[in-house]
Amino acid sequence: MAISLDEVRHVARLARLDLDETEVLALQGELNALLGHFADIQDVDTGDLPPVSHAMSLTNVWSDDRVGVVLQRAEALSNAPLSKAGLFVVPTIIED
Amino acid sequence: MITTLTASQLAEGLRRREWSAREVAQAHLDRIAAQDPHLGAFLTLDTQETMRWADAAQAMLDSGEGGPLCGVPVALKDNIVTQGVRTTCASRILENHVPVYDATVTAKLREQGLVLLGKTNMDEFAMGTSTENSAFQLTRNPWDTERSPGGSSGGSAAAVAGELVPLALGSDTGGSIRQPASLCGIVGFKPTYGRCSRYGLVAFGSSLDQIGPFGRTVEDAARLASAVTGHDPMDSTSLQVPPISLEGLKDGSLKGLRIGVLSETMGDTADAGVRECVSQAIEVLRREGADVREISIPSIAYGVTTYYIIAPAEASSNLARFDGVRYGLRQEGKGHIGMMERTRAVGFGHEVKARIMIGTYALSAGYYDAYYLRAQQVRALMKRDLERAFEDLDVILSPTSPIPAFKIGELSADPLALKLLDVCTIPANMAGCPALSLNCGFTNGLPVGLHLMAPALADEKLLQIAFAVESALPNATGRPPMP
Repeated sequence: MAISLDEVRHVARLARLDLDETEVLALQGELNALLGHFADIQDVDTGDLPPVSHAMSLTNVWSDDRVGVVLQRAEALSNAPLSKAGLFVVPTIIED
Repeated sequence: MITTLTASQLAEGLRRREWSAREVAQAHLDRIAAQDPHLGAFLTLDTQETMRWADAAQAMLDSGEGGPLCGVPVALKDNIVTQGVRTTCASRILENHVPVYDATVTAKLREQGLVLLGKTNMDEFAMGTSTENSAFQLTRNPWDTERSPGGSSGGSAAAVAGELVPLALGSDTGGSIRQPASLCGIVGFKPTYGRCSRYGLVAFGSSLDQIGPFGRTVEDAARLASAVTGHDPMDSTSLQVPPISLEGLKDGSLKGLRIGVLSETMGDTADAGVRECVSQAIEVLRREGADVREISIPSIAYGVTTYYIIAPAEASSNLARFDGVRYGLRQEGKGHIGMMERTRAVGFGHEVKARIMIGTYALSAGYYDAYYLRAQQVRALMKRDLERAFEDLDVILSPTSPIPAFKIGELSADPLALKLLDVCTIPANMAGCPALSLNCGFTNGLPVGLHLMAPALADEKLLQIAFAVESALPNATGRPPMP
């Protein structure tokens, strides 16, 4: 299953990565090498084993709804690239 | 010299007041100043901060408080957050990030009076096996500075091996503690998944990641493991079991111990010198009365593929949080999407982008069943096969890495070759098993690690076995050729 340059560009858009054409070409090569290697698991007989998403399966981990240590607003904003009036500043999302 | 001592010896001396916590910290900082320019193990050092930790430790020692390792210096891989101390994941995207909280392991070290020496270099976001993917610097192997210390926790491993610090923490998603421990000739231990809280560990592959210790002896690694493990309500995957116990650590015996040698890892794909060292170690264990048998688990062969689908899939999701809004780098672009795309394009290095791309592809519509779901099914198979193998084995033995430390740059042109090096270590992450690497000899002057894997939750038993193995191989370790 070889991946085309257009597919690389499509996946980059999904992943929110603005790749230049050199990177697109390099990644096409790397992804194809890996996908070639990945062929080895396609025909493995896994019987009726259900897929696992975790090494140690836990279900229904509940915690009490209690207020613990919380970040103060100034701390939460202390690493923000841009903030104003106690809020994170982002580019305009909805035009007037 | 203080820096040649083990953590256990330092802890005893600190309690007997042979040295103060400040003196011990200063001795290590002096050695870092002299030697780290050659190794590049540390990304961040903050002498004043270290001395604050040392003073807090001394106060605990003076009042008879603190944990068993009170006053002993420790280094943390730079993906473990430390309040007030820069934490970068060796990435441009977090270059100036100063966390506002402590990881649970950091808090535990603080409470018990260990002394933070600094933050260590790593492959960016822990993606790599050579520490060459750091955005900031190379780290060199103390045994041969032309060679890689392994990775991704290469800075922690090099620092401990080079006697810059007696103890360090790393993280292990597919072997990132054990492989650098092997290449640097020290002990590295990955606990059972869920025994060590991941709260404050910058997430890579959440179903695989585990924090664990480096030490120059099994006892040191076990002591640090004991200090940082235990249930944590802040991590919903944390197991409801007590911290790793040190009781009986030194009481193990090799007599009758059922050891399975994994034949898939001892074939031609492993370097002849590595195989010879491991075989010699096996002979010693046999002479000591261990019941050593060869075993075969064919599904192990699918580990690398399974790992390089599951870990990037989880990473592509985890790393979506780096969007230029709440913390980290921001690059302006067209609109909010353009801002995110530019931020991530400039902030992430090539390997991180490659893994995000693989993961996004494997999870995308039309490919999910063929890759991600398939990998989860094969993971289930590997897990079941390992559980079956452990029905009549105490421990599974293999080399840790098929090759000893390789030259810097030697393998970086072939990303797939580097990925295949994880073949021995990946199964433990897939199945959640505890696993450990300890040195068993040398080939051409380079250390060779022996890998021991035990059933899930048998961490104490594994450490006890590793202690007995280490005792049976008294000449297996040494000190690197450094001033």
